[in-house]
Amino acid sequence: MLDIDKVRKKFPILKQVVNKQPLIYFDSGATSQKPQCVIDSINYFYSNSNSNVHRGIHTLGDRATVSYEEARNKVAKFINAQAKEIVWTKGATESLNLLANGLSNFLHPGDVILISALEHHANIVPWQQVCANTGAILKIIPLDETTEKIKLETTYQLIDLYKPKILSISHASNTLGNIQPITDIIQYSKKYQTITIIDGAQAFMHLRPDMLKLNCDFYVFSAHKSLGPTGLGGLYGKYELLNSLPVYQTGGEMIKSVSFDTSTFTDAPGKFEAGTPNISGVISFGCAIDFMNKIDFLDQKTHEKSLFIYLKSQLEKISGIILYGDLELNIGTISFNYKNEHPFDIATLLDQCGIAVRVGNHCTQPLMRCLNIEGTVRISLAFYNTKNEIQQFIIHLKQCLSLLD
Amino acid sequence: MNDSYINVKNQITQAGSWQEKYREIMTLGKELPVLPQELKVDSAIVDGCESNVWLYINFNNEERKLLIAADSDTRIVKGLLSIILYLYSDLTPNQILLIDANKEFEEMALLKHLSPSRGNGIKAILNEINRKAYLMNK
Repeated sequence: MLDIDKVRKKFPILKQVVNKQPLIYFDSGATSQKPQCVIDSINYFYSNSNSNVHRGIHTLGDRATVSYEEARNKVAKFINAQAKEIVWTKGATESLNLLANGLSNFLHPGDVILISALEHHANIVPWQQVCANTGAILKIIPLDETTEKIKLETTYQLIDLYKPKILSISHASNTLGNIQPITDIIQYSKKYQTITIIDGAQAFMHLRPDMLKLNCDFYVFSAHKSLGPTGLGGLYGKYELLNSLPVYQTGGEMIKSVSFDTSTFTDAPGKFEAGTPNISGVISFGCAIDFMNKIDFLDQKTHEKSLFIYLKSQLEKISGIILYGDLELNIGTISFNYKNEHPFDIATLLDQCGIAVRVGNHCTQPLMRCLNIEGTVRISLAFYNTKNEIQQFIIHLKQCLSLLD
Repeated sequence: MNDSYINVKNQITQAGSWQEKYREIMTLGKELPVLPQELKVDSAIVDGCESNVWLYINFNNEERKLLIAADSDTRIVKGLLSIILYLYSDLTPNQILLIDANKEFEEMALLKHLSPSRGNGIKAILNEINRKAYLMNK
């Protein structure tokens, strides 16, 4: 069983008092909180090893490079991949842009890019741009109106119909928390040699994806949603395909040789990491991975699941509350509305109680249109949350809702 | 500053709890005249991502006063709009420019509603009122 008291002690921010109330942080989908070791490692790096990577013939340079590449190994091991298949980016958004940019060279007018109705804007807009530039067509796996998730059968039919060149879908929805049936979809897409991309921004921490098992071509993630620092993300790619992509940004670090006439580039991952990288970010993310490795995954899943079930059952008891999405296969994120009240009002009142939730369209405007709503209040849990916090939240929520009635 | 605003401000600063304070704000919102549907058009929307705010500001040349009409789809923002209308109503452009809205919001402990992360457009409305007042004052 997860020793929750011990876990919480590692997150200094969770001790905060906000608006005279103990902080209840239910916005981990926006960004997770950071354990002390991650915070300390940034301080330690700048105090002891600060130096540029891959070029110093001095001790500090060696130290920085070793730690930097060690973090790549840690992440690779964590997701069951090879270190050379991991590219550092500034976030899942940049990873998707890198892919959209690189893969656009393989597209012809009329080729189909298939995404789902639950995608974050970061997994929609880059593909729209690609379509505008290449003549490719963006198609959508629809949301089933009754279950509020995508249907596997429909997805298969669309794959058969369009034989998409690219399929890019989220492992878990940031707005609804739905865990999507990506293993089956990836498997089915092999029929047409579709390039499969998984947006794992939300799933990385909750589901600990295994690249060998998933067998997708690319998987993108953000460090800050998985205990790491902001400004860092990653891109996993099957090596041959990854290395075949053209460079995204150019400059120092990523070249083999440069003359005034032409340049040659190093192989992946180096060729996608132009300029001085986010060294302290990478190293501290390595510490975040160490931290996760120390937590038994089954314990984490069991704890998160029980929190989710409890929260769901408590919310369902409040008359006037409408819950959205898949309430079975879920990473611990619940979107809701109350009668005709505006989510903004609910969140503003909750903030007075020291409770952090997110409101709005959550960068999923097309999904909001599918659900016929403007926005929701979103609670996104993490393993460092407690049943007691949910109890407190429900008491405060009822109080806030009574102010609106 | 006019008496009705002073009254409103007192009600808010003297609220015994945050619940009472926000109830007060939402009640003020209910008093705000509802903007007719045909005026709730995109061109009148103040940029903000968490709620819709529609704003009209006109200058009455004869009386040299600003006429403000505003509405929002959230109760709290509507209440804040109502406070703003009390704050600025019946004032000349010159008087408007002398008002320190930040200070007023701070004294009501509502300053956080002007923070850039809110995206509720309150700050934008204050800027717009001041811009119009400045133009009229010239």
